[in-house]
Amino acid sequence: MTRRLPSTDVVVVGLGWTGSIMSLELARAGLNVVAIERGPWRDTAADFPPATSADELRYAVRQDLFLRPAQETLTFRNNISQNALPIRRWGSFLPGNGVGGAGVHWNGHTWRWHPWDFTHRSSTIERYGADFLPPDNMMQDWGITYDELEPFYDRFEYLCGIAGKAGNLRGVIQEGGNPFEGPRQREYPTPPMRLTQAPTMFEKAARELGWHPFPNPSANMSQAYTNSYGCRLAPCTYCGFCERFGCGNYSKASPQTCVLPALVRQSNFEARTECQVTKVNLSADGKRATGVTYRDTSGREWEQPAEMVLLCAYQLFNVRLLLLSGIGTPYDPRTGEGTVGRNYAYQITGGATGFFPGERHFNPFVASGSEGIVVDDFNDDNFDHTQVGFVGGSSVACIPTNGRPILNRPVPEGTLRWGSAWKRATHENYNRTASVGIQGSVMPYRGAYLDLDPTYKDPLGLPLLRLTFDFQENERKLRRFGVDRCIEAVRAMGADRVIRNEITGPYDIVPYQSTHTTGGAIMGADPKTSVVNKYCQSWDVPNVFMAGASLFPMNAGFNPTGTVGALAYWAVDAIRERYLKAPGPLVPA
Amino acid sequence: MRGRSTSRRHLLAATALVACSLPAAQARTIRGALPWSAGEAYPPPRLSAAGWLFFTEAEAAAVTAMANRLIPPDELGAGGAEAGCATFIDRQLAGSFGTSDWLYMQGPFPAGTPQQGLQEEHPPNRRYREALAAIAAHCREKMGGRLFHTLSSQEQDALLTAMEAGTSGIAGLRDKSFFELLLQNVMEGYFADPAYGGNREMVGWKLVGFPGARYDFREMLDRLDQPYTDPPVGLFGRPAWTRAAQ
Ligand SMILES: Cc1cc2nc3c(=O)[nH]c(=O)nc-3n(C[C@H](O)[C@H](O)[C@H](O)COP(=O)(O)OP(=O)(O)OC[C@H]3O[C@@H](n4cnc5c(N)ncnc54)[C@H](O)[C@@H]3O)c2cc1C
Repeated sequence: MTRRLPSTDVVVVGLGWTGSIMSLELARAGLNVVAIERGPWRDTAADFPPATSADELRYAVRQDLFLRPAQETLTFRNNISQNALPIRRWGSFLPGNGVGGAGVHWNGHTWRWHPWDFTHRSSTIERYGADFLPPDNMMQDWGITYDELEPFYDRFEYLCGIAGKAGNLRGVIQEGGNPFEGPRQREYPTPPMRLTQAPTMFEKAARELGWHPFPNPSANMSQAYTNSYGCRLAPCTYCGFCERFGCGNYSKASPQTCVLPALVRQSNFEARTECQVTKVNLSADGKRATGVTYRDTSGREWEQPAEMVLLCAYQLFNVRLLLLSGIGTPYDPRTGEGTVGRNYAYQITGGATGFFPGERHFNPFVASGSEGIVVDDFNDDNFDHTQVGFVGGSSVACIPTNGRPILNRPVPEGTLRWGSAWKRATHENYNRTASVGIQGSVMPYRGAYLDLDPTYKDPLGLPLLRLTFDFQENERKLRRFGVDRCIEAVRAMGADRVIRNEITGPYDIVPYQSTHTTGGAIMGADPKTSVVNKYCQSWDVPNVFMAGASLFPMNAGFNPTGTVGALAYWAVDAIRERYLKAPGPLVPA
Repeated sequence: MRGRSTSRRHLLAATALVACSLPAAQARTIRGALPWSAGEAYPPPRLSAAGWLFFTEAEAAAVTAMANRLIPPDELGAGGAEAGCATFIDRQLAGSFGTSDWLYMQGPFPAGTPQQGLQEEHPPNRRYREALAAIAAHCREKMGGRLFHTLSSQEQDALLTAMEAGTSGIAGLRDKSFFELLLQNVMEGYFADPAYGGNREMVGWKLVGFPGARYDFREMLDRLDQPYTDPPVGLFGRPAWTRAAQ
């Protein structure tokens, strides 16, 4: 029996990065907000204080904070001719669970994407001609520009207190910043973090190579910071337990440090944890959402009626909820029709590990999630692509996030994996290695998409999401080119032995690459080829709004969350300033 | 306070299970203030000191010997046996790792491509039990009625090398896949926090120079490329501290 609860103005599905920001902004606008989160409540003092959080086995290896696949996972195959099988243990990406979402255990590299990304299709055609686009691509402009989003990037950066150095202030290139970034209205809120050994060497080498190195924009704090909600962050201690861990020092921007303390004080806000939303309910004509249905941990089913539904459940689960709810038309890769699930993309990664001769103390354990040096010269359309023959590019970076020894103790190629020789090589090389890596853009293709699996179900009996994805030739070329740059860099830093890190076979779900999955519920200017309009509002059901990287029509050579946060502020601004005044479609279909 | 943290632990565990299987767990409603009380924290479980929780004596002897070949004792420090890798694996197999409780374990289980990852139908506790029995039978029947831990180290190395290559010919054993599991767990035991029963005296951390759970290295920003000299610390301190306190 489903119990019906009193209606509320807004129901938010998922209380991670986007859910917490949008809940707070709408509660401050006077609306009654209920956020429903499938995982537990989490806070710094109880769940990851310094006394317990420095535990590699528990958090990095056994994956304590992430969504447990027993509760919900997806199935995976490389292409439609294969049989998709469940991801039984996470590998390639690590979805979050619980209050704070993946914002609890992210690394905190916080980027603005390039103006080019938002117009990547038309800009590529303009510069190189339509023949330059890769076969079977589904590239399409976002329907929004960098300039429109700039004020909202600013809001997210000032929410988080991002430590960085501007490269382009209102059109004027700044020494020491990223000369390729779009213009920004003001400096970063806090100065860059101090560098450790490997990035210090990389910066010098990159300059010698004629590149333009600059500090990685970091959500780990270079100094104490108080944001506009009155939430306070402390300086990072370089503990080396950041990505996959909660921060015990309040030094990493997260919903816990930046939003929740202010949000829970709103008397018109309420969070329900350990409640899994199973669908968005629709009116009989399917044109209006009437609320959501969810199950609590004792199996009871509840209906939460609401005037407006915000899907903030992370990229993958936003798409699953649309499919489970019957909102929009599922994408069919055979006909190319339908919108929900299309334009899934990922990031392509690789790099080089160098072994340095002589007495060396990289001390890799002295690290934060985001401290490091980046080069943007080979990303997106920052260089002439005529000769390289691919679209897009990658950032090249030296960001040594940790020296935790279960997962991080490189040895030179050819070393045995166990025994005395392994032991000696491990002893000799742990403190003598440094890596440089790429994060590459991935264009959308006809055969890369999300739908519901026909065989496998979650414990509630609902079909799992099915992922069909492989890297295409365009991205493989891009990676080869980027990894070559990493090798040049590591050699210029002085390494005498170098390992090339490049998985050359099909996309593999096992090794961790990044939790930067994108697309599936993309924004756009045309309801035939997008799920939401430029205000992140469903074309089909106008009182449903979406947040998260599911909105992205493609994936860039930078981490997603800067853009995810900016779009959340952008959407909430449209809701507050336009939608509430005249509820209905903000863009005529 | 203890009681409170126990019940909260239940709540956290409940999220991993089928929603209806734990009637005691309650979804929570939070409003007005952060739901937090002083001193509330969830350390890793304290280990019971003595005996084996999962292994039989014979299994423990075999795993101890295997760990000591994968990580041999030498001039660089203790081997896998002295480091407690078998104790570590025993405790892991007795817990949620051993049962795969957190993983998606619903069938069907057809063979997949390598890119589709883990598709094992049986959790590690059962895989260890069956593999150790198959290895014991092999040593008994093919190697003169002996046990793995009574083979010479050369014989042990040869058998492990063959398992790694998938050529051991041990009846009833998918040797390659078991070897990977074993190697992973032995390395975990050597390098995980000593709280889990391995890495005794922090031998693994000393091998590489990892200082452990210190949580503040800012002073090192003034000393780039210089050695870090403080000894390692685990979640529960260091052996020297605990001994001094006794
Ligand atoms: C290990 C790791 C490192 C990362 N590092 C970086 C980085 O350095 N830079 C960067 O830009 N990004 C990084 N990311 C990505 C970043 O964390 C995400 O982009 C960001 O958290 C997305 O915000 P979101 O609100 O869309 O999703 P989340 O923050 O994940 O929040 C979604 C929430 O919805 C809940 N939910 C899902 N389904 C349901 C349902 N059916 N019912 C109820 N609740 C539900 C989830 O439990 C979760 O709490 C990293 C991610 C990981 C995992």
